[in-house]
Amino acid sequence: MARVILHSDANSFYASCELVYRPALRGLPMAVCGSTEERHGIVLTATREAKARGVRTAMVNWEARRTCPELIIVPPDYPLYIYFSKRLREMYDSYTDRVEPFGLDECWLDISGPTTTMNDGVRLAAELRRRAKEELGITLSVGVSWNKPYAKLGSDMKKPDATVLLSRDNYRQAVFPCPAEDMIGVGYRTGAKLRSRAIHTLGDLAACPPEYMQKWLGKIGVILQRYAAGDDTSPVMPSGMETVVKSVGNSITAPKDMLTLEDVHCVMFIVAESVAARLREMGMRGRCISLGVRSADMHCFSAQNTVDFNTAQAEDIVSTATEIFTKKGYANILPLRSLGVSVTSLESDKRPVQMDLLGSALRREKSNAASRAVDDIRRRFGARAIERGIALLDADYNAINPKEDHVIHPLGFLRS
Amino acid sequence: MIEQFAEKIFITVLALTKPDGSIVPLRILWEDGRRWDIDRVLDVRPGVARKAGGEGIRFLCRISGHEKELWFSHGRWFVEGKSTQN
Ligand SMILES: [Mg+2]
Repeated sequence: MARVILHSDANSFYASCELVYRPALRGLPMAVCGSTEERHGIVLTATREAKARGVRTAMVNWEARRTCPELIIVPPDYPLYIYFSKRLREMYDSYTDRVEPFGLDECWLDISGPTTTMNDGVRLAAELRRRAKEELGITLSVGVSWNKPYAKLGSDMKKPDATVLLSRDNYRQAVFPCPAEDMIGVGYRTGAKLRSRAIHTLGDLAACPPEYMQKWLGKIGVILQRYAAGDDTSPVMPSGMETVVKSVGNSITAPKDMLTLEDVHCVMFIVAESVAARLREMGMRGRCISLGVRSADMHCFSAQNTVDFNTAQAEDIVSTATEIFTKKGYANILPLRSLGVSVTSLESDKRPVQMDLLGSALRREKSNAASRAVDDIRRRFGARAIERGIALLDADYNAINPKEDHVIHPLGFLRS
Repeated sequence: MIEQFAEKIFITVLALTKPDGSIVPLRILWEDGRRWDIDRVLDVRPGVARKAGGEGIRFLCRISGHEKELWFSHGRWFVEGKSTQN
């Protein structure tokens, strides 16, 4: 049975959500930026009109403004984007139970069945696009193919509001001339590596013998060759499976650069607290803690550390993140502009905890109970009803509301 | 493309909630005391309010011989005001 797989990608997702609620901005160059302040924020999504005037994702605000002086900058409203994401998801779920999300605005749908044809895929793509436009005011680019990587590639080919079919009949003409970087999993660095051996297009990559790729790049090389050749057979995860969230993280571009270790500690606590609260809300805890920092001159560093117990406590996250910070010598790159932490290797907090002789598991259980009480107070009386002393050290940092700005990061496609 | 815009007007609606959770708007109570009975709901589906902005469940209703759209969105009812062009 031939598979029929769709990949649906909402066009300029954040910006499109904003335009549904701000119709007066339609047709104008607009960008959703991480912070509306000139020196901190970066462009998260730009409308077509902004892109046409040279605004690019990840540009710093002032850069974007210099490129396009009439640019309208809008701060991100994550709860709104999550709401739209859920509505899209409900729509997909009404057609198949095999829906696998990739980030907030992308999903694979597997509609394979004994009688399903590629044409059914194309028809469904048209229906999804029509419904998304009419019901939500959002346009979709949909790729249709027999494997996930091609479906994703197809959804990237034509924007906005388009369907691209990559079938057994046309993929050689449609896929093989594309640059190798267009394939999911081929990042900037892998792309450079491939080019160094004259592999420029997906056709070049598809033609590489797997043994050669294995020897040169290892397992990942073989996987990428299969992606390019259309030989990937990985399934679209059935709905419900992916709700096993793999990572919870958050990062903050502080309203002013972090100059001292005390600043760093303060921001770290605010971020860690939001991550921990989110974990508890989802009934999860984890043991692998990552810290990422970006210096004022825009250099990024990150590292992770695995501890020997699962946690959903801000204190544990901060102490591990601080350890990483010290060990890696990040103090040398102060001042910092952004800082993020994430927790992976998650498990349900319903799982029984192994008690230990020193009683540290018991101590953690007590501090968990205290945190839950704090969560409860905040839920009933607001986030500011009870605060950490450290948050009061600096009013500017304390003005950050990380819980609101929460993002759940999808893990990379290859690693998941 | 000529874009049309309209004011978003939140309104008071008298509605019926059925056992299956579906909602039927019955009467609009305007702020100045005027009220209109909704004669018939012609269509119900999720929809965007393109002119005023926003989205929700869109009710196409017949009110004294005219067709009028009502939106139920995040727990509130709204209609689109008079259109202006830009
Ligand atoms: Mg997108």
